[in-house]
Amino acid sequence: MPKTLYDKLWESHLVRCDADGTCLLYIDRHLVHEVTSPQAFEGLRLAGRKPWRVDAALGVPDHNVPTTDRGKGIGDPLSRLQVETLDANCAEFGITEFAMNDVRQGIVHIIGPEQGVTLPGTTVVCGDSHTSTHGALGALAFGIGTSEVEHVLATQCLVQKKARNMLVSVDGQTGSGIAAKDIMLAIIGAIGTAGGTGYVIEYGGEAIRALSMEGRMTICNMSIEAGARAGMVAVDGTTIDYVQGRPFAPRGAEWEQAVRFWQTLHSDEGAVYDRVVRLDAATIRPQVTWGTSPEMVAPIDGRVPDPAREEDPVKREGMQRALAYMGLAPGTPISEIRPDTIFLGSCTNGRIEDLRAAAAVLNGHKIAAGIKRALVVPGSGLVKRQAEEEGLDRIFKAAGFEWREPGCSMCLGMNEDRLDPQERCASTSNRNFEGRQGPGGRTHLVSPTMAAAAAIAGHFVDVRQWEN
Amino acid sequence: MQEFRTLTGLVAPLDRSNVDTDAIIPKQFLKSIQRSGFGPFLFDEWRYLDHGEIGMDCSRRPLNPDFVLNQGRYHGAQILLARDNFGCGSSREHAPWALFDFGFRAIIAPSFADIFANNCTKNGIVPACLPGETVDRLFGEVAASSGYRVTIDLERQQVITPGGESLKFEIDPFGRNCLLQGIDEVGLTLQHADEIRAFEARRRQEEPWLFS
Ligand code: SF4
Repeated sequence: MPKTLYDKLWESHLVRCDADGTCLLYIDRHLVHEVTSPQAFEGLRLAGRKPWRVDAALGVPDHNVPTTDRGKGIGDPLSRLQVETLDANCAEFGITEFAMNDVRQGIVHIIGPEQGVTLPGTTVVCGDSHTSTHGALGALAFGIGTSEVEHVLATQCLVQKKARNMLVSVDGQTGSGIAAKDIMLAIIGAIGTAGGTGYVIEYGGEAIRALSMEGRMTICNMSIEAGARAGMVAVDGTTIDYVQGRPFAPRGAEWEQAVRFWQTLHSDEGAVYDRVVRLDAATIRPQVTWGTSPEMVAPIDGRVPDPAREEDPVKREGMQRALAYMGLAPGTPISEIRPDTIFLGSCTNGRIEDLRAAAAVLNGHKIAAGIKRALVVPGSGLVKRQAEEEGLDRIFKAAGFEWREPGCSMCLGMNEDRLDPQERCASTSNRNFEGRQGPGGRTHLVSPTMAAAAAIAGHFVDVRQWEN
Repeated sequence: MQEFRTLTGLVAPLDRSNVDTDAIIPKQFLKSIQRSGFGPFLFDEWRYLDHGEIGMDCSRRPLNPDFVLNQGRYHGAQILLARDNFGCGSSREHAPWALFDFGFRAIIAPSFADIFANNCTKNGIVPACLPGETVDRLFGEVAASSGYRVTIDLERQQVITPGGESLKFEIDPFGRNCLLQGIDEVGLTLQHADEIRAFEARRRQEEPWLFS
């Protein structure tokens, strides 16, 4: 029977299955960060257990690290303790760690692919929901809770049930100026934040195939915002070119052998999906979220919707609450919304291509007078170094942006980078939940180029007209 | 983990859909390296009028009188009635830790985010899925009668209302089993250690580049 990519990845990792479909799935790669691991290591110690296989794990601090001068260490004692706890746990159990001052340090979902730790055909887990990012390489990658972190450390396996198969096919070509982020926000707008619940999403279609690996990672990253635990893209030449030469990627004869195998990692002709969603790429416009859930999204030439016209009472109330929180009136043109702050970064859009795209828009411009602050937080130390080699940092600084050290930063504000109450932010991150970027903060999710254009204009603008 | 069989408890309604884990336990509390002590900070931004931080004495903080869990009639609630896609967002297990620490032992909703539901069954909380219309009706009944209590019978997968109605709920069978028996999952998996080793040996042959 023809198989989907997910079927293949699932079956090749099954250690055993019970009659009720509860299976033991083998895990190839386990990424560990400081926030969701301390209690797992503590659990191991309490039970007197050792990690099953340390060479499959990689640790990195990212959520709590400061993005300004690191010479002074971490100011907040709680953040410091959490990062030191990760350092100590990795040292105690013999797990490789890219510690805070290592140039390879960065957001866990950026460094996995960057280092070649994430490889096609692998299962990848991390105590973090955006682990779905790694599916862009043709891997089965998903987020887990802390008990499961402990479970993987102790057994190299997870207890899982197979999800259903969904294909999201983005057919045809996108117009110029449309970013991967716009495609993904449009998908979430179409299927809703619970649309993918219970499914693994495979992204296909001409517009997905045309994306770079960075773009595919942006798409897979936000699978969780569409309710799916994992997202994936079939392996092709783009994938293999990306992996080649990365520090942890195979070399020599092993490389040849690996590539032959990876080339089989696509859905078979005639494979059946439980659900298929098709989007016409040509209709996708630049997207801006207006509410407190990623599905509350509109195209740049649209308006903030009117809850009075929503028939479902639960939805209507949700919209009213969101608009009150966001400080927006129904019917406001999206292009009249004026951010106070610009945040470029996160595991959704903190890769080199994202910085290049934003810098291209900013080049020779200055941020508008109304913008209080604008941050660029590269996704990793290596992204930062690369950007500096290309002179992107000079463009950002000349435009009035702050050039920061890598980490999660204002994506969730566990370090000191957070929004003040009511502060409005154009953010390239993935969540616009209430309080996500700081208590009372207001988040509008956009692509890097849309964020850059808003920085210059002082309000959201259609970056496609900007380019003309 | 403590085993769960049946529980009869007061129901508190949280009438919004897409309640995310950032709302259940805001990120500043994720800096703790403990598993306990999150209860006072559950729904922190909705529950209090001031900004919460780890280590605060919550008994002195100004409560938001409009937030449902602050209303006297819901004090001591052990069952949370919720809407679609409860627990969406981050994978933080701090969310079920906070719910459990606060006193919740079961959540009834039309749907749960996957990772969250998983995290619940590993922490002594029953995520019970009932159809949307049934949940809608329960919201009405809870609002109409103070002291509304239901029984959660995990063995039979039923919610039993004060009117004696039995409502069959959905739950992942493995999670249910672990809850019923209070199982240590790691111990359970390690019973299959030989199979894991055999699988690993085969994998090392087939994809040697994954082993260093
Ligand atoms: S950048 Fe944001 S979404 Fe990504 S891992 Fe960090 S906190 Fe999570």
